[in-house]
Amino acid sequence: MSLENLLIELSEASGVSGHEDAVSRIVAREMEPFADEISYSRLGSVIALKRATRTRRHKSRASQSPKLLFEAHIDEIGLMVTALDRGVIRFVAVGSFDPRVLLAQDVLVHGRETLPGIIGARPPHVLTAEERGKPVPLNDLFIDVGLSDARLRALVSVGDTITIDRRVSRLCNGRFAGKAFDDRCAVVAVIEALKQLSQVEHGWDIYAVANVQEEHGTFYPGAFTSTFQVRPDVAIALDVTHAEQPGMSAVNAVALGKGPGLALGPNIHHTVHTKLMQVARSREIPHQITAYAGSTGTDAWAMQVVSTGIPTGLLDLPLRYMHTSVETIALADIEYSARLLAAFSAELDESFYRDLQVETKMVARGATVSRRRMTGGKHQ
Amino acid sequence: MLLEKLSNARGVSGDEARVRELIIDAISDRVDEYRVDSLGNLITLKRAATRGARRNAPTVLLAAHMDEVGLLIVHVEADGRLRFSKVGGIDDRVLPSKVFHIGENKIAGVIGMKPRHGLKAAEMDKVIEADDLSLDIGAHSREDALSVVQIGDYATFATEFARIGNGLVRGKALDDRAGCALLVDLLSEEYPFDLYGLFTVQEEVGLRGARVAAFTLDVDAAFVLEATVCDDSPKEKDVSPTTRLGYGPAITLADPTLMADPRLVKLLIATASENKIPYQVKQPMIGGTDAGRLHLAREGVPGVAVSVPTRYLHSPAALLSLRDYRNTLRLMRATLPRLARGLTPVI
Amino acid sequence: MAKRTTVPEKKSVDADSSEFKGLVARLTAAFGPPGFEAPIRAQIRDEVQSFADELRVDVLGNLIAVKRGRANSARKKILLAAHMDELGVMITHIDQKGFCRFAPLGEIEPLALLGQRCVFKNGTVGVIGRERKKAKSKEIEPERLYLDVGASGPSEARVSVGDAATFFGEVVETGNRLSSRAVDNRLGCAVLIQTLRELHATADDVYFVFTVQGHTGKRGATTASFGIQPDFALAVEVTEAADTPEAEIGSIALGKGVAIKIKDETTLVSSRVRELLIESARRARVPYQLEVQLHGGTEAEAMQISRGGNLVGGVSIPARYLHTPLPIVDVNDAQNTIQLLRALLAEPLEAQLE
Repeated sequence: MSLENLLIELSEASGVSGHEDAVSRIVAREMEPFADEISYSRLGSVIALKRATRTRRHKSRASQSPKLLFEAHIDEIGLMVTALDRGVIRFVAVGSFDPRVLLAQDVLVHGRETLPGIIGARPPHVLTAEERGKPVPLNDLFIDVGLSDARLRALVSVGDTITIDRRVSRLCNGRFAGKAFDDRCAVVAVIEALKQLSQVEHGWDIYAVANVQEEHGTFYPGAFTSTFQVRPDVAIALDVTHAEQPGMSAVNAVALGKGPGLALGPNIHHTVHTKLMQVARSREIPHQITAYAGSTGTDAWAMQVVSTGIPTGLLDLPLRYMHTSVETIALADIEYSARLLAAFSAELDESFYRDLQVETKMVARGATVSRRRMTGGKHQ
Repeated sequence: MLLEKLSNARGVSGDEARVRELIIDAISDRVDEYRVDSLGNLITLKRAATRGARRNAPTVLLAAHMDEVGLLIVHVEADGRLRFSKVGGIDDRVLPSKVFHIGENKIAGVIGMKPRHGLKAAEMDKVIEADDLSLDIGAHSREDALSVVQIGDYATFATEFARIGNGLVRGKALDDRAGCALLVDLLSEEYPFDLYGLFTVQEEVGLRGARVAAFTLDVDAAFVLEATVCDDSPKEKDVSPTTRLGYGPAITLADPTLMADPRLVKLLIATASENKIPYQVKQPMIGGTDAGRLHLAREGVPGVAVSVPTRYLHSPAALLSLRDYRNTLRLMRATLPRLARGLTPVI
Repeated sequence: MAKRTTVPEKKSVDADSSEFKGLVARLTAAFGPPGFEAPIRAQIRDEVQSFADELRVDVLGNLIAVKRGRANSARKKILLAAHMDELGVMITHIDQKGFCRFAPLGEIEPLALLGQRCVFKNGTVGVIGRERKKAKSKEIEPERLYLDVGASGPSEARVSVGDAATFFGEVVETGNRLSSRAVDNRLGCAVLIQTLRELHATADDVYFVFTVQGHTGKRGATTASFGIQPDFALAVEVTEAADTPEAEIGSIALGKGVAIKIKDETTLVSSRVRELLIESARRARVPYQLEVQLHGGTEAEAMQISRGGNLVGGVSIPARYLHTPLPIVDVNDAQNTIQLLRALLAEPLEAQLE
């Protein structure tokens, strides 16, 4: 499937955080031809394993190739039913929605059946000037699916999810607009990188992961737990970042169409960043630099502190109008990210593995030294 | 003096290598083993002295963090000014009119501001937010600036360590290089149990290093050595000074990240009283430390924090008393051997 | 005939009910703010001792009572968690005149603090007062409150910096509704204890965990779930009802049954677990409500992200005024929760999840 078609299919699929099945099915279907194994974490993240094709020189360790995990999240921000109120649906947001984008949107209510609906509010004509001057508060919005109260209650229940009903639009210059490009455009890059890896030799085991539940809360439970399960030697997150747009200063934004941002800061392992830079330069893949003083606000923040710590990197895909239903990206950025990720993965070798190894030094102070305690606790 | 070298070394969260190298130099002949993990934590192990070691002795962890607050360069303007983000908690109000050292080459940069001449009274009432400030390194243009600094470079306060007043020292990053120096000193002693000396990274951005190191290790008690808030300036209202300079080590009972293990608190207080070492109780529920992550590792670890009172934390020049430093060292030296029998279980 | 069969049944329900209310009264009476759970832990230990196959306390102070399953193989581990700590305050400073400044332990509406009477473990009582100078401001800032313990200097205070106090308010019944201190989460503890007592045999191993420091970061649940490594973990809690005048958005009402969690601020429950719990409620023939909360979280959040991730859920008893010292609950909701848990534990977990 072409990148464009996959992007469209993924964007238009519904998968609010915690309810990603429809998206994970597409991802598993697309990864399956290029993976040796597909599995699921206990929370529902898709984990595709592609084993190393180059065996390692040291026979004794041949069975244990180092592991690279790269990932993007498959969930999207959305809405959830809180109450059925005299024929209309009251709802809350799952993930951070600016309530101002909700008014007059077409939605899909994922109840017993999928029902089209409209986010309604009282008409401006009947409001006071003061009320008209303010955004409609979330509590005053409701969803109208055009059914009687009784029929509504039969089909929809508290806790059902709701997504914005939005088709992808093709804009000029290879740019696309749609919902859930955060982070499905990166999911396309992850799948494409896995595909490209089937054309080349690679010395590390590759885990391509599609994580659930990134948008809800602050714990990144999907990535935190699937990364614990895999415990890779290196982890790379792919997520979107703000592209330059009116009202967004260049201090906090990257250019659209000029390649992924290679992130820096406390969240990022310097050796991993340096390798990404080196691969991007040698393969002449456009890229930019982004820097974060603390949390990157992505799965990378969680993955870095999994178990005994994971060297982590982050590719930032440029995107305009984040968390609206007209998120805008350049297809070229997906291509560049996928190429960079695949080339990076294929170039990982013994010497990079050694560069990453934690420095251990035994000091001769007489006593017989056992390595057990230093290499991990008794419960690992 | 090791504290002086450590204070002057640059090591903002995520960039602790120089501090770590200094510490490795200082401890390499005092420990049995050390390693640096994937986040950059320095984990050292000092095995039980052969004499006096007990079977089933506990394993004890002492921790101090190597990182300090600072700035991260995130963007370069066309005119060569550097835009930055704060790494860790820095009060915006301390930034204007300060000098920083940026990157590997310690490029000097200053944070200027509009002269007060011609400012309206209302403008002078406002705190200038960090987002509206920039570092001036004297560059002519973006290209000029990028020839000496890069996006992703870290900047630290350009403060030189000095002794001032009556037995006080002034320096940047005393939070928590004071703890690091204490831990180095404690590693020269022998103990009747295996002792891990842990120098963590990224405390200031969310106790990140401690989290993974605590998972790696598997210990029976954890002590965090810190430099903590001291608000003992004269005040009208009778409120807590949090800690007071010159009144000895401050013991944490509870803070927003930790309820200290009562057995460890009791042991510290008993030891201080018996040895006539001055101590104070830190005002509860102020500030968090690495103990907040260490005590939640795996199935849980009894934890406590012991701190040197320090004025003006997270600013270019913090102030602490060497007498407090020495008393903290004395308290820890006297307390640790008493852990040889382990702690009584909770019932 | 019909009459004769219903009468004794009703009587036994009443008997159950008064036994359960007695349990609630004992549990809510025990002292135990976050970090100071020893008294409530001792009380719960007494209540469960003769019903558990194993009983232990872990490093942080969680009390773990295990009921072993009968199946020899394929036993799953089910973790039922209820935190046993309660809301409280901690002394942070005692001034020269003996007034105690304090910090809240847990989330308490500052407005609800003014005028409260607090009690320390040693019996010292204090009343919360407010600085008068800025008393005109509508907001109550906890920093401007203090505890008056009747002392005229620090040496008379009989309490020290770092001591914790809780609130007054013994159980008062109004119909089937209760108003009491420490309902959050002693009611959850009571449900767990009663479930354990009524559980004669189970297919799976069931871990009844009474956790510490639930109000201050779900800390006990973090370490307990790491140690136990459950196949399924369920937080048993109280949840804010939305049936009061001009309440926040939501549909949870007192007396309308167990709240089965779907979402709160920190946790999303999988539809598999949601169905499992709904099915248990149906089998138990108890009313249930589906819960979508904007704010707050439960111990499910800590248990979900332990190790490689856990299947988690939450059942909660609706309560009003949760962030005040005196919430109101409906005992029927708690008893329905017990019935739901009994139905859940009656069948092997594996069969139910298929």
